[in-house]
Amino acid sequence: MSTAAAQHPHGGDEHGHDPLVAHHFDTAQQQFDSGKLGIWLFLVQEILFFSGLFCAYAVYRANHPEIFEFAHRYLDVKMGAINTVVLICSSLTAAWSVRAAQLGQRGLMIGCIIVTIACAFGFLGIKYFEYEHKIHAGLLWGEKFNPKYAPGDHGDEHGAGGHGSGTEAVHSEAANSVPNPADRSGSPGSHGATAQPEKSAPSPAATHVAAGDAKVTTPRNTSIFFSIYFAMTGLHGLHVIAGIIVYIWLLWRALKGEFGPKQYAAIDFAALHWHLVDLVWIYLFPLLYLIR
Amino acid sequence: MNTLVGSMLSQLVIAGSEASYWFPPQASTTAAEVDWVYYFIYWISVFFTVMIVSAGLYFMWRFRSKKTAGAAAAAHNTALEVTWTVVPGILCACIFYFGLTGYMDTHTPPDDAYVVNVTGVKWAWSFTYPDGTVSDTLHVPVHRPVRLVMTSEDVIHSLFIPAFRTKQDVVPGRYTEEWFEATETGEFTIFCAEFCGTKHSEMLSKVVVHPEGDFTKWLSAAGNIHERMSPVEAGELLVKQRGCMQCHSTDGSPSTGPSWKGIWGRGEKLADGSSVTVDENYIRSSIFQPQAQIVAGYGPVMPTFQGKLKDRDITAIIEYFKTLK
Amino acid sequence: MSSLDTTLGHGAPAHAEDNYLTHSHGWKSWLLTLDHKRIGVMYLCSTIASLFLGGFFALALRTELLTPGPTIAMIDHDMYNRMFTLHGAIMVFLFIIPAIPAGLGNFFVPVMLGAKDVAFPKLNLASYHLWIFGAVFFVTAMVHGGIDTGWTFYTPYSVTTPANGVIWATMGVFILGFSSIFTGLNFIVTIHKLRPEGMTWFRMPLFLWALYSTSVIQVLATPVLAITVLLLTVERTLHVGIFDPALGGDPVLFQHFFWFYSHPAVYIMILPGFGIISEIVSVHSRKHIFGYRFIAFSSLAIALLGFLVWGHHLFTSGQSQLASVIFSAISFAIAIPSAIKVFNWLATMYKSSLQLTTPMWYAFGFIVLFLIGGLTGLFLAALAVDIHLHDTYFVVAHFHYVMVGGTLLALFGGLYHWWPKMFGRMYNEFWGKVGAVLVTLGFNVTFFPQFVMGTRGMPRRYYSYLPEFQPLHVASTIGAYLLGFGILLAFVNLGVALFRGRKAPTNPWGGATLEWQCASPPPHDNFSVTPVAHDPYDFAHLKYDEKIDGYTSRRS
Ligand code: HEA
Ligand code: HEA
Ligand code: CUA
Ligand SMILES: [Cu+2]
Repeated sequence: MSTAAAQHPHGGDEHGHDPLVAHHFDTAQQQFDSGKLGIWLFLVQEILFFSGLFCAYAVYRANHPEIFEFAHRYLDVKMGAINTVVLICSSLTAAWSVRAAQLGQRGLMIGCIIVTIACAFGFLGIKYFEYEHKIHAGLLWGEKFNPKYAPGDHGDEHGAGGHGSGTEAVHSEAANSVPNPADRSGSPGSHGATAQPEKSAPSPAATHVAAGDAKVTTPRNTSIFFSIYFAMTGLHGLHVIAGIIVYIWLLWRALKGEFGPKQYAAIDFAALHWHLVDLVWIYLFPLLYLIR
Repeated sequence: MNTLVGSMLSQLVIAGSEASYWFPPQASTTAAEVDWVYYFIYWISVFFTVMIVSAGLYFMWRFRSKKTAGAAAAAHNTALEVTWTVVPGILCACIFYFGLTGYMDTHTPPDDAYVVNVTGVKWAWSFTYPDGTVSDTLHVPVHRPVRLVMTSEDVIHSLFIPAFRTKQDVVPGRYTEEWFEATETGEFTIFCAEFCGTKHSEMLSKVVVHPEGDFTKWLSAAGNIHERMSPVEAGELLVKQRGCMQCHSTDGSPSTGPSWKGIWGRGEKLADGSSVTVDENYIRSSIFQPQAQIVAGYGPVMPTFQGKLKDRDITAIIEYFKTLK
Repeated sequence: MSSLDTTLGHGAPAHAEDNYLTHSHGWKSWLLTLDHKRIGVMYLCSTIASLFLGGFFALALRTELLTPGPTIAMIDHDMYNRMFTLHGAIMVFLFIIPAIPAGLGNFFVPVMLGAKDVAFPKLNLASYHLWIFGAVFFVTAMVHGGIDTGWTFYTPYSVTTPANGVIWATMGVFILGFSSIFTGLNFIVTIHKLRPEGMTWFRMPLFLWALYSTSVIQVLATPVLAITVLLLTVERTLHVGIFDPALGGDPVLFQHFFWFYSHPAVYIMILPGFGIISEIVSVHSRKHIFGYRFIAFSSLAIALLGFLVWGHHLFTSGQSQLASVIFSAISFAIAIPSAIKVFNWLATMYKSSLQLTTPMWYAFGFIVLFLIGGLTGLFLAALAVDIHLHDTYFVVAHFHYVMVGGTLLALFGGLYHWWPKMFGRMYNEFWGKVGAVLVTLGFNVTFFPQFVMGTRGMPRRYYSYLPEFQPLHVASTIGAYLLGFGILLAFVNLGVALFRGRKAPTNPWGGATLEWQCASPPPHDNFSVTPVAHDPYDFAHLKYDEKIDGYTSRRS
């Protein structure tokens, strides 16, 4: 009796109650609406959760625009753009899976879910390469920030030959250049890094050109940019992983044939949350990669 | 209660230089104004408290009744409710206004203010005067606006002078300001008001307000200690001024740092296992590069005094240490 | 149908005795229950346990403060700092924030609404399990490295302190945060979607309005705290430098983040208290609550304005003067809705047929103490004055008046008001009143002197202090023991009632809200027939009945 009572709150004495509707709801509609409101509130909660980081971003960008101007050029716009596309696709299939469920198109629904999961993995894969590359190049937060090259080259690397060559070039770069800024502890900031100042757009690089040879000095506290970069993309990444887990669970239930025109709430809600995760990235991409 | 209210009233008429029931003495130009706003709110509060409490008690007594009594009728009265929305509203507006003007006065230093630089470090204050003199107590002339430009070397502290009704956080990595004009000569306590760790409650100092003229005398005297006194005295003064005593004792009692009792020529076991005998060089290096040789059992917490103490000061301190048998 | 019917009319007579307590047995039937009533009861037990733990620390630190220097050999500087930190953190995060909403709220929201349960029973249970989880983290922080940052975790101190409990504590706060968010989310959905026919917004008991407003804050503010403590944890472990000036970060930014949550949080603490007092004052005055709509809307107003005043904790932090001025102004604006409530409660008592019951005594105690607490908030909101009072004992006194004198007394009032309903037993009125008096007296002796020493310049979080403050500290310490004793007595009285108390009638006070229509204690699924909602404060139809020493409805 004990757990039985817990597990099925119907508590026995309710007859002719739709098994899909929990005992404390009168109608399936009421149950669905409750769920809907619930998930929306959860989304609001998520937005505020991220808002903390967006505020931090806004504050530091307002106080140290030069850092963002300078450091964002370390990021790889191509990869960011690809990831954006990937996520948008996944959002599409997510929405489609809901539609399919409503129309009882089981096969299509399962297909959409699988594609969604695949895209999510794709996103993480690309992110992995970006992170891995930054770790190599010492583009990290706080004291770990120790760049092996100046932004300018980085762009070209990938302009030329794919990612692999990129990292190699980084090492060769590291060999011949860079007054090693490991001595951060004493006087914060002012790391050196040699490079040809970028032709495009006025950059701090240009402003720091010392007479004659081209010397790029990294603005003070550039590491802050990467602290924020990793905090934001990292937290977003965690949400993507969570999304994958949810969708695998959905896939499993879908294969068991649990979903149909009368029973698609879970898919609907999961999709809503996935759209939010997508949306967050839609903001992160321009804010971090496309600063002008 | 009567005496209490009495002291309130007297406080309202004469801006007392001696402590009242509620407040410490008013020793700055802005103190009286702050107290005035305080009492303004105070009396509003007393009024509403007395009114509401007595009304409540009266109702409890007057309308108490048996369980059998019938329920009273429904009630609602917009006029009344609007009244007690608007009246507090107006009062709040007044309080805000007075609070604001008081704040502005306490936060706009005159241009001719005398500037003292303040550094907070766990758990001591140090005050640097325009001529480079350093002291661990704040010395200021009376009737002269003084502006404190403050920063911290470690965590957030807060410089609080109750007698001046002034307080300002001291934040690492930036400068904050605080100003006052003392109206009373004498000594007043300085507290650290922002929690900063173990000895937060002992990060005390004092303001010494000098009569006109005396201040410049004090400053020049404080400036050239080495002419003024013997190396031993100078050394003793220095370690007191620079807050060393916050962490080192001279009576052998253990503290944040090793005690100086009998330190001269003592053999110290170091954290890295090696050991040294305390001589001129060891003392010099542990003042300028504190982290280099840590005595076993103590943390690497001492800030460097590189650039803050001159060689001559070190020599004096060493002479002083020699006397600590 | 008359209320008597509903109480007995619960299926077959065999079922008549069945209630949520006897419905099923075994520890699993509690720890895994989806019954909001049982979850509520478990929350109450857990949060009250936390109150005792936090109170124990309070007594320890009060005792230490008996003398200017060291008093208890065992308590040195660091130990003291850990004690007030744990005291504050436990009281805030483990006790006061969940106590009323998750405890009494869980139990009564569905019942007062006429629903069978909250919208998401599983999520509700999850919230409770999260609470336990968070509590475990706190205990770990306590024994593993300790934590000495103050409950406000200000950077850079919290990043650099050698006390290694910090990470445990912040993660604990993170988890408790989500427990709180889920409770709020659950209540909002429940109140929106599970209101039966006839339960219009303006037939909702004011307790529900209060909890609705509270939930809004919980959902909107808590996530920001979550991200803040998360960043702090990352700061401490990976040194990302967002809050650490040594790495170019901004320590004051942390303060903004923290207070963006923690000011609204103070209204999470008090609004449910307001709700309880509105119920008690009306029911025990046997008179319709005065200005129902003003009270209902003032709760919402407070909830929303509460988001715009966090900066009044940063007047001395070095934030821009303009910001300080704006925050000060809004802080005053928020005082007005609170004032409205106080006046409405008074007006309710006027020309009422007032019953001098224990809940009524607590309600009156609340009004007085919250009044003082709130008014002293005005001192602190006034810029010029706060510069002097900030981080002194005046602040300590202020927030104990509102949190202990306010919320804690409201909790007691609520417990004494609803105990008969929750456990079907009446308690001893005499000892109940003695408890109420002791608590109120002891409280004032403890905290009034702190206003005086605060104004005289006694800073807070001080292990040792100047001798001139000693008399006031001694008074405060004596009061603390008195208060502790009163609290102990109040709980003992309730505990004894469980075993000795006579059976409680369905409606001992003549309340008109729905919970008084289902049996005491309520059956497993509250109402077998969904009750009809009328004006929750119309007592005309309730007549006293000698035989059952309770009230019955004449409404058919
Ligand atoms: C339950 C919790 C609670 C509540 C309800 C309040 C309510 C208020 N608080 Fe308080 N407060 C805290 C908990 C709370 N506070 C805590 C925990 C801290 C310190 C945290 C820390 O630093 O550790 C704090 C600190 C704090 C500060 C910062 C002090 C400092 O650190 O320098 C300020 C400053 O403005 C402030 C203001 C107010 C105001 C204006 C209200 C108002 O909402 C009060 C409104 C109520 C009334 C005004 C009473 C009703 C009045 C009448 C019926 C009479 C007529 C009314 C008028 C004439 C206006 N509070
Ligand atoms: C809901 C919140 C809450 C509650 C209920 C309390 C309750 C109490 N608080 Fe606390 N307090 C805070 C929240 C709270 N406090 C916060 C947030 C801080 C700031 C911390 C910081 O600065 O970071 C603080 C700080 C604080 C200080 C300042 C410390 C300092 O700045 O140095 C003091 C000092 O007097 C104090 C005292 C008390 C006392 C005496 C009680 C009493 O009400 C406690 C009464 C309860 C009991 C005593 C337990 C029940 C009874 C028993 C355990 C039985 C045994 C007892 C007997 C038989 C006598 N509190
Ligand atoms: Cu320095 Cu507290
Ligand atoms: Cu506040």
